[in-house]
Amino acid sequence: MITGRFFAAGADRRIAITIFILLAVAVIVPLLNLAISPASAFHIPSYMVALTGKYLCYALLALSLDLVWGYCGILSLGHGAFFALGGYAMGMYLMRQIGSRGVYGNPILPDFMVFLNYKELPWFWYGFDHFWFAGLMVLAVPGLLAFIFGWFAFRSRVTGVYLSIITQAMTYALLLAFFRNDMGFGGNNGLTDFKDILGFSVQADATRSALFAASAVMLALAVFVTWAIVGSKYGKLLMAVRDAESRTRFLGWRAENVKLFAFTVSAVMGGIAGALYVPQVGIINPGEFEPSNSIEVVIWAAVGGRGTIIGPIIGALLVNAGKSWFTGALPELWLFALGGLFVAVTLLLPKGIIGMWDDWRGNARALRAASLAEEARTAVGVASATSKPARSPARNPGEWSWSDPEPQAAE
Amino acid sequence: MSKSNTILYLDGVSVSFDGFRAINNLSLVLDRGEMRAIIGPNGAGKTTMMDIVTGKTRPDDGEVFFDGEVDLTSHDEAEIAMMGIGRKFQKPTVFESHSIEENLMLALKGPRSIFPALFHRKSAAEARRIDDIIGVIRLGDKRREVAANLSHGQKQWLEIGMLLAQDPKLLLVDEPVAGMTDAETEETARLLKEIARDHSVIVVEHDMRFVRELGVKVTCLHEGSVLSEGTLDFVSADERVVEVYLGR
Amino acid sequence: MIGLALLFLSATLSSLGAAEADLRAIIAKFATAKGFSETGAVVHELAATGDPKVERPLAALADGNLYIRKADSLVLIGKEAGDGVQLSDPLSGAASGEAAKDDITKIKVNNTLRRAIRDALGTLTLGAKDPAVRLAAAGTMFKTPDAANIEPLDTAIANETVASVKALLEQARAASVLVSDRPEADKLAAIQVIGARGDRDAVSLLTSVDANASDAVKQAAAAAIANINSTLAFWDAGQNIWYGISLGSVLLLAAIGLAITFGVMGVINMAHGEMVMLGAYTTFVVQQVIRTSFPGLFDWSLVIALPMAFLVAGFVGFVIERGIIRFLYGRPLETLLATWGVSLILQQAVRSIFGPTNQEVGNPTWMSGSFDVGQLAITWNRLWILVFALTVFGVLLYVMKRTPWGLQMRAVTANRRMAASMGIRTPWVDALTFALGSGIAGIAGVALSQIDNVSPNLGRGYIIDSFMVVVFGGVGNLWGTLVGAFSLGVVNKVLEPYAGAVLGKIVVLVLIVLFIQKRPRGLFALKGRAVEA
Repeated sequence: MITGRFFAAGADRRIAITIFILLAVAVIVPLLNLAISPASAFHIPSYMVALTGKYLCYALLALSLDLVWGYCGILSLGHGAFFALGGYAMGMYLMRQIGSRGVYGNPILPDFMVFLNYKELPWFWYGFDHFWFAGLMVLAVPGLLAFIFGWFAFRSRVTGVYLSIITQAMTYALLLAFFRNDMGFGGNNGLTDFKDILGFSVQADATRSALFAASAVMLALAVFVTWAIVGSKYGKLLMAVRDAESRTRFLGWRAENVKLFAFTVSAVMGGIAGALYVPQVGIINPGEFEPSNSIEVVIWAAVGGRGTIIGPIIGALLVNAGKSWFTGALPELWLFALGGLFVAVTLLLPKGIIGMWDDWRGNARALRAASLAEEARTAVGVASATSKPARSPARNPGEWSWSDPEPQAAE
Repeated sequence: MSKSNTILYLDGVSVSFDGFRAINNLSLVLDRGEMRAIIGPNGAGKTTMMDIVTGKTRPDDGEVFFDGEVDLTSHDEAEIAMMGIGRKFQKPTVFESHSIEENLMLALKGPRSIFPALFHRKSAAEARRIDDIIGVIRLGDKRREVAANLSHGQKQWLEIGMLLAQDPKLLLVDEPVAGMTDAETEETARLLKEIARDHSVIVVEHDMRFVRELGVKVTCLHEGSVLSEGTLDFVSADERVVEVYLGR
Repeated sequence: MIGLALLFLSATLSSLGAAEADLRAIIAKFATAKGFSETGAVVHELAATGDPKVERPLAALADGNLYIRKADSLVLIGKEAGDGVQLSDPLSGAASGEAAKDDITKIKVNNTLRRAIRDALGTLTLGAKDPAVRLAAAGTMFKTPDAANIEPLDTAIANETVASVKALLEQARAASVLVSDRPEADKLAAIQVIGARGDRDAVSLLTSVDANASDAVKQAAAAAIANINSTLAFWDAGQNIWYGISLGSVLLLAAIGLAITFGVMGVINMAHGEMVMLGAYTTFVVQQVIRTSFPGLFDWSLVIALPMAFLVAGFVGFVIERGIIRFLYGRPLETLLATWGVSLILQQAVRSIFGPTNQEVGNPTWMSGSFDVGQLAITWNRLWILVFALTVFGVLLYVMKRTPWGLQMRAVTANRRMAASMGIRTPWVDALTFALGSGIAGIAGVALSQIDNVSPNLGRGYIIDSFMVVVFGGVGNLWGTLVGAFSLGVVNKVLEPYAGAVLGKIVVLVLIVLFIQKRPRGLFALKGRAVEA
């Protein structure tokens, strides 16, 4: 009894700390960038602010993927699509804000439309001159796509690798579509040359700091929302669907709706991440739909530890910091490192960093508790709760191998 | 044969997979409150019959009625479960990463849509019900333990407990004592008899001693249809049953 | 003896020389001709000789390669080489030294002159000995109708003995009649002849019928056009289906190895495309070795590359299975991730070794060129790839169904424990099956190197399509893969003219995604007893 509550409290404390750190960072980093003189050792240069802001968006994307993958076993290889759609929605707003300052000076049409001989604004660009409308679309477009896609996929019980493959096909189809010039999204070049957001220059240090703070706050909010979802009865149900989908059906739950809700929420989170990302990097192009991008998100979550809330965040920060370092110092080796990471994590670190840490701490605590033998009952409880790898190595939460390690023909 | 007083009514049901007739013109009737044991050699169609009743498999032919009036062939698993048919799998299937309490909580009768689940708070009545069931399935000392840590027999009981939590009118129990010790088997028989007092139950089992212990009417399936039906003594005296089980 | 032979030789040379001397005299006039019209006169004079040898100087003139050497006013063919110009004799083609650009003058030509030369060459070659040359000449004249052509064509038709050439000559004549001021009856007959030809050239010729032609002629032309267009639509559909079949064979090649690793073993190999890529690079290396050491073997390069590619990709597959995949059996999602990692590593490795750019892989002569069936143009490389894909499929089917190894493979898939207890070494079967699937991807790479760019990204382009084919066709069923590949190929190409290449592909992707919703186990999935899951 005590152990259960203790672990629950431990997990909650971790969430609280994470949220606190994120909120603190949202205040401190902009301060150190804006208020401290560049000469000071504490000054954070603007490029660092932009870079970490970008990482926070990636972390949000990884967290959104983890909600469906880690907690519901849906390995989406198309989450980049939701990210990119959110980004495009924001990009369209930023394009409209350029107004007549474009190269061609057309007050209504963005440059690429003038270039491609558009006579008037396509209907789906209406409304994007308002921030609130663009903001709504950031949520609605990825959410709607996920809802429709998921509605079809989950209802017909497409699961496992099949689902992964068709999510990949989804983002691939969008990639091809957005590359087309006559789609009206700038084709190959995408949307860029942004000037203002809400009237502030996107280049200004203050704006960048504000965007950074917004990313950090949004990530903190997402952590809280995810935690609330996962901790609710619905969250238990989500994991139940992951572990034994047919059991939930025979208990009367509609597993497809359970998945659909999580998938849609996750897509909306991905869209928000994309929307925060675009003004910070200053461009959105069809390359964001590349299936390989979406698969990279998976490794962020896997490195940190799927099925945990802070794992994907840590994974996204670490892998991307590594990427920045590698592509600067040893660009030739980056793909070797990334590829090796995929292999190493799946083979050696299936629960990720957080999972390993918890196992290690759990074991250590169990040993300590056993040796102290303070309270016989507690010690037994802890030991049995933490010795589960020994008893059923293949059946740990978060590591759902469905059977013995042998190949099975795909169904 | 009138449907009105039955809890389950199968008539002329057939289903085939790739030309293999798993169920062949099967007719079976279960009265309200009855417990029935179904035996039969491997491949007799026992599990497929349960698949049909629970909506997992659609029959090619025939009628399947629940509670005298509901046509089960036009509903899916979740709807059928909500109507009050609970099913225990051959291989115990519980939510391994959840505690016993959480397993029962998810099974507990109540609204089955997403938003109530999202904002659900455990009520005192629910807590009492869970306590009751944990008592019935004799897992009181492990209620916060993760289900993955339970023994095979305990998982079977937990699954039965989840069925109880659903509060179904009809329970389908597939091989509940497979892999259990003798003591556990006896305990399970007692548990099932207890449940049968206010539920209709179908038990599929190979273990004849267990079936004898249940002491109920027995139906023997073979090649997808009913071979023999009656008391265990009657059925086991039936020459055709002997032939099927032992060969000539 | 030798003396006699020499005597004979010189005699022949001198008799030839007599005609040649006349030609040379005419050619020499180029040096003195002033302006385009005078040059044109010389061209006509040359053409009038009817000697096939004048083709060389005329062709050189049309290409702007005819020069006058300032020193001796000799007319020569020149070919620019570096700073200087390689000179050769206009009639024999024998090399006659080099010259600096300043020492020679190019004979200038304009478009009118070029056309005149082309026509002259066309008429000239109507009398050539080789029927193929006559056919080409008739083709040229068909495309450049001119009333002046009618008479030479009449003569040629009268003399012509080869039926196919004669037919084309008659069409050329009809074309010329159409633009002449001959009477209406003649023109109607000409329209008949052209209409019977029934291709796009005929349509363009008929649509260009003079606006002030008589109504009867116009109507006849319109009717003939309508008639031809409906025939053309039929051939167009045929052409699209052929393109579709061709694309299908490519998809089949790319997917068939996956049908083994994914379909039979259930292993999601995201590095499958990289196996194809390795096969293509093996072909490249084999060709490089052949080019530098055994140039005579070039036509055999693909045949040599096939086993090499099979071994290279198969070996890499074997290593991947033993090193990674075997630890992940039963965890398909993690296999997917690990093999994706492998694919990144392989791509970067190839990029580091061979560089990021496309590598040149040549076509052997038997894979170059094309031939026509009716109005279908069929290229040899596409046809060979189709044949090859079907052969690979057949061999694989045989291996799976008729050999002990195939039996073991299927046994292990069906019931691993039972197979193991019957003495089958299941780990070996796993490894070899995976190596087989990878090896087949490798030989697919050999074929694809002929039609695709050989770059480190080669595999990326095929991986999604291959998965679509296998999933669509039904996993675990080789026939499903065959049908899946060809139906996707044909659907894709049939959609293309309506939707465009990219949109067509998107439509196909969406259709497959919808199809998987409807039949999650693919087209040819076995139904099987519903297993508890």
